[in-house]
Amino acid sequence: MTVELGQISLLAALLTAFVLGLVPMIGTYTGNRRFMAVSTTAALIQCLLIIISFGILTSAFVIQDFSVEYVARNSNSLLPMHYRYSAVWSAHEGSLLLWELILAVWIAAVALFSKRLPEVFRARVLAVLGWISVGFLLFILLTSNPFGRLIPSAVEGLDLNPLLQDFGLIIHPPLLYMGYVGFSVAFAFAVAALLGGEVSRDWVRWSRPWTLVAWAFLTIGIALGSWWAYYELGWGGYWFWDPVENASFMPWLVGTALIHSQAVTEKRGAFGNWTLLLALSAFSLSLLGTFLVRSGVLTSVHAFASDPTRGVFILVYLAVVVGGSLTLYAARAPKMIQGGGFAGTSRESFLLLNNLVFAVMAAMVLTGTLYPLLIDALGAGKISVGPPYFGLLFTWLLVPLVLAVPFGIYSRWQQDSGSRLAGMLRWPFLLSLLVGGGVWFMQPELGFVSAAGVTGGAWVILGSLFYVAQLLKRKNSLRIPASVLAMTLAHAGLGVFLIGLSMVSTLSSEKHLRMEAGDKYQMADYTFEFLGTSIVQGPNYSADQGEFIIYKGDREITRLYPQKRQYAQRGNTMTEAAIDPGFTRDLYVSLGEPLDQNGRAWAVRVYHKPFIRWIWLGAIMIMSGGFLAAANKRYRRKMPAKDAVQTETKEVTV
Amino acid sequence: MNSRIFPLLGFMLLVVLLVVGLKIADKKTNLPSPLINKPVPEFDLPVLAQAGQTMSRESLLGKPYLVNFWGSWCVTCRAEHPVVTQLARLNAVYIVGMNFRDESEDAVAWLNRWGDPYDVSLVDYDGRTSIDFGVYAAPETFLVDPSGTIVFKHLGQLTWEIVENEILPRVASMESGS
Repeated sequence: MTVELGQISLLAALLTAFVLGLVPMIGTYTGNRRFMAVSTTAALIQCLLIIISFGILTSAFVIQDFSVEYVARNSNSLLPMHYRYSAVWSAHEGSLLLWELILAVWIAAVALFSKRLPEVFRARVLAVLGWISVGFLLFILLTSNPFGRLIPSAVEGLDLNPLLQDFGLIIHPPLLYMGYVGFSVAFAFAVAALLGGEVSRDWVRWSRPWTLVAWAFLTIGIALGSWWAYYELGWGGYWFWDPVENASFMPWLVGTALIHSQAVTEKRGAFGNWTLLLALSAFSLSLLGTFLVRSGVLTSVHAFASDPTRGVFILVYLAVVVGGSLTLYAARAPKMIQGGGFAGTSRESFLLLNNLVFAVMAAMVLTGTLYPLLIDALGAGKISVGPPYFGLLFTWLLVPLVLAVPFGIYSRWQQDSGSRLAGMLRWPFLLSLLVGGGVWFMQPELGFVSAAGVTGGAWVILGSLFYVAQLLKRKNSLRIPASVLAMTLAHAGLGVFLIGLSMVSTLSSEKHLRMEAGDKYQMADYTFEFLGTSIVQGPNYSADQGEFIIYKGDREITRLYPQKRQYAQRGNTMTEAAIDPGFTRDLYVSLGEPLDQNGRAWAVRVYHKPFIRWIWLGAIMIMSGGFLAAANKRYRRKMPAKDAVQTETKEVTV
Repeated sequence: MNSRIFPLLGFMLLVVLLVVGLKIADKKTNLPSPLINKPVPEFDLPVLAQAGQTMSRESLLGKPYLVNFWGSWCVTCRAEHPVVTQLARLNAVYIVGMNFRDESEDAVAWLNRWGDPYDVSLVDYDGRTSIDFGVYAAPETFLVDPSGTIVFKHLGQLTWEIVENEILPRVASMESGS
């Protein structure tokens, strides 16, 4: 019976979402304040109802109610307790419910924390979010109901996909969805601004903290996905340009452009239409990603149970949301170019370059992702566009971007002089050349491109740090303004990421070996000794577990235990790599196939991955910068005084 | 012309492409396998419970046949079993049971208990052949034509609809063609 309550709760949430979309919106046109005030109540009730619904599905997993089809397909009586919670979002239906839950939480947050906004504007924002929620609830209820019963009830569940029985899966989707869904708030702000015709720069300031938080979540969500792929898939890769990865990467790229263009619009009033368009695009691309992943249009290693009828629904939804908002944009966006002009050398120019590069990157990922579809549509067969295309284009697009970052940080709004910037950036530039050259000298196999990458990373880090140092010197105090700290952290994160990426892409070594117990293999400074395998029993799997001793010189530094797991219920075999992580290198061993009948000889993959942790360390720094920027007190003031804006202009570019 | 309309126009083009994509996705209910229209991977495997006897890819050339991957550990295979049995009764196509990652005693016991629909059962003990076929979960079924080319594959439980709509017509066309 309880499961039916979950469904009733979802229906009630749908009704509430209708009220949220309709009543406050009517209020804004008739001037009825009581109608507008409904938005807060409706947002909170909707959130509560969806929490109840989600809680009921979770409890069905916890108590193992195999009469619920979704539970029976994605769980098993042997499944450990913590995976029963995460199994809720392990497949299509439940993950949509998680999506909706997070949307409801964002809406409730907007309702609670936007009391300072003008009444009409706030009511419009919440109403737009209400309509987004209506669409998703309809999608769940009509095509993807997680509460369907199985008659007769299953005796035993099919088990959770073993790939997903992992810590990474517990936290990766919620964080990723926080980002995806969070962009709906920036979207709603933009639509509300267009509806009101009040495209002042105010809406940009109001939407900035929300955009920053969503973007920071998306950053860490993507990084976690990459980290999970690295240790769970057992082939040592961390990014595959898979359609599903691209689907999350496109909103991130546009979101990155957005948070930079918002800075320009807020401070200088320039790029107003562009900021609107980016705010609409970031969420549109999130929806497009959802469509691509769940409709079966593109094939991907992330095989969601895809279903073309669901595809039709999302496509209609996408057409309404994106088509509607772009029509609104065409009709209502200001016709005049607003804001002050700016010279060729100015912070505006550098941020324009940033926006161009990120927009081109997003367009390129979109093209690469959809190109196979286009070819298929033209009947020319199935192809896939892989790392060669993306890797090459990204390398080239990163060059102007990375070069420009420190210039963007140092330059002044409106007008600056090239010689002033050159003078200030002289030392970071020379030092970064020294760093890059030095690393290349010590590691000749690095090659030119990667050495340039290390130089670029050092350039961004040193440029950011020098800026802080000069600021402190000028102000003669040790307090770093939060906005500068946020910006520095995020940009230094980019540098750290670049260095990690450059090092790992050329200095990694990997070897596929046939090893018998007692065999040794030397890689870089390390010796891997294989001691043999033994059988290990897990809660819902049994595994062959290898034992490796790693020596550096004669000293044993660690032992690694990679596993080859057999999950009985689904009959899947899983490779659990064993990794010895380190700040400057990872050692990675994974067990392949047994090569003889008595299990002495095994196919073994051994990897040495220098600086791979820096990729994720960089992402963590970028995320922290985003959160720190969003926490800026400035956004919580009701009416920023004009002079306050003036003094901050030099500091803020997040 | 109003340049603010370009984003909308671009999006409309995208929607057209996505609609076409959806039409295509509608046709292929299965994920396309890179093995379709490719030769069957090489194998030379022992016959279940027939000591010393083996069967290879070459020895099966010249007739259409179905390769059905299964294991006694696989619950869905048992659910699929009646469909395979029904298909076997038609005598329409030669059925090769590919018992993989399984103990032979368990496999024989399973066949004795539920009935043996297979014309021949091969043992892929360590799963090497299943990897060559790109099989990562059972059951999975491949239809091979007389030249040894894979023409169809189905991931997951076979249903009678699939047998009637996908497998039997293909077998019939091979026979009329040759």
